[in-house]
Amino acid sequence: MSEPAALDGGVRPRIGNGFRLQWEPAQSCHVLLYPEGMVKLNQSAGEILKRCDGERSLDEIVRDLETAFNAQGLAKDVHAFAEIAAKQRWLQWD
Amino acid sequence: MSATPINASAPRPGPPLWLLAELTYRCPLHCAFCYNPLDFAQHGDELGTDDWLRVLRQARELGAVQCGLSGGEPLLRDDLEVIVAEARRLGYYTNLLTSGVGLTPQRAAALKAAGLDHVQLSFQDSTREVNDFLSHTRTFELKQRVAREIKAQGWPMVMNVVIHRLNIDHVDRIIAMADELGAEYLELANTQYYSWAYLNRDQLLPTREQLRRAEAVTDHWRRKLGGRLRLFFVAPDYHDGVAKKCANGWGSTMMVVTPDGSALPCHTARMLPGLAFPNVRDASVRDIWFDSEGFNRYRGTGWMQEPCASCDQREVDLGGCRCQAYLIANDPAAADPVCRLSPHHGDVVTAVERALAPVREQPIVFRDRAASLRLSTAAEPTIAR
Repeated sequence: MSEPAALDGGVRPRIGNGFRLQWEPAQSCHVLLYPEGMVKLNQSAGEILKRCDGERSLDEIVRDLETAFNAQGLAKDVHAFAEIAAKQRWLQWD
Repeated sequence: MSATPINASAPRPGPPLWLLAELTYRCPLHCAFCYNPLDFAQHGDELGTDDWLRVLRQARELGAVQCGLSGGEPLLRDDLEVIVAEARRLGYYTNLLTSGVGLTPQRAAALKAAGLDHVQLSFQDSTREVNDFLSHTRTFELKQRVAREIKAQGWPMVMNVVIHRLNIDHVDRIIAMADELGAEYLELANTQYYSWAYLNRDQLLPTREQLRRAEAVTDHWRRKLGGRLRLFFVAPDYHDGVAKKCANGWGSTMMVVTPDGSALPCHTARMLPGLAFPNVRDASVRDIWFDSEGFNRYRGTGWMQEPCASCDQREVDLGGCRCQAYLIANDPAAADPVCRLSPHHGDVVTAVERALAPVREQPIVFRDRAASLRLSTAAEPTIAR
């Protein structure tokens, strides 16, 4: 598997191959499921990942989050999370 | 089923996140390290499709979310696609744990269509040729075909190799082969010693030096591979004097359902004396998980004896493995003898020392029905149906 292209606001992240994101009522949180494993996500991680549908750009995701949570200046944190997520293969983009 | 658990202080558990469905003990292989029970040939009839669908639904209601489909060889079940489809519909992430024998392109396509999320392909199959298997062309070609099929269906490519003395010195070539096959994850799983592996322990246990070398080779490959293939090296319990939590904690996150419907907190708990485990034919998954004597028996720390009871690691390792305590110390409530603080730790040390100069008095016993019947105790079969 090749390393992801450098991160900029124009990338369109999607959940990595073999991973699945879903809301788990029994745990009251989003989880990322992968071969024999599970990552429990905190609220902000869940909110970011659930918007990563491969169609929206990272910039659009940031704007959407800022609107949804009445916040500003989220770009830095969202980018930092996306980088970590890509290293873990939770996210991929072309 | 008892209504009053013996372990009155057992904490109420969270959900059984990981459901391991052992669909059958039938298997085309004869691995000497198999952890299926020695008496598998005497177990009762396999659960039917409806039973499995009911178990899936009931466990999902409690919050189970990872479903392992295993055995024996799960591909031997004709209803595998039906089970996979229901598991997917319910929202499980499904993992097929298989040797790959029988995973034809047609079967792979059907399982993909049914919604199977991932196939974990085991290497290290027939141990009659274990020393030659890496150069055994036919085996290599079978695995290549199955690996290509896995990739063709778009599944993540996950391989599992059981490591033991007879192949631990080949780790370099094993990793090279996995890389050549395009694996994304490779688990180098040192065998644990239960059932058939325990029987063959003297031939399977590696030396400390072999372990150290294998870990060094693995680290070297990790640096060389970058991110394209992730390596997991799981060390055996015997060598470092430290106990591990049993199944992440007895009855805390995992439920195993065996081919004849016994519900267990781990693959091998059935061997433990003085403990009855419920059957999914008679009881709901909810009652089994929360209220059964079997699942509550070793939950938490209230059941512990010394040295565990006052040990500052008791919440970390939860006393280690009950089955290992039974196999080595003949007491399922004892401290796991792999722990250096166990009074029986000397037996483990002796076993590791024996690995340096192994004496071949007993040939390896390969897992098959005839051996299972021969080894089964005189006790009555577990379920007479």
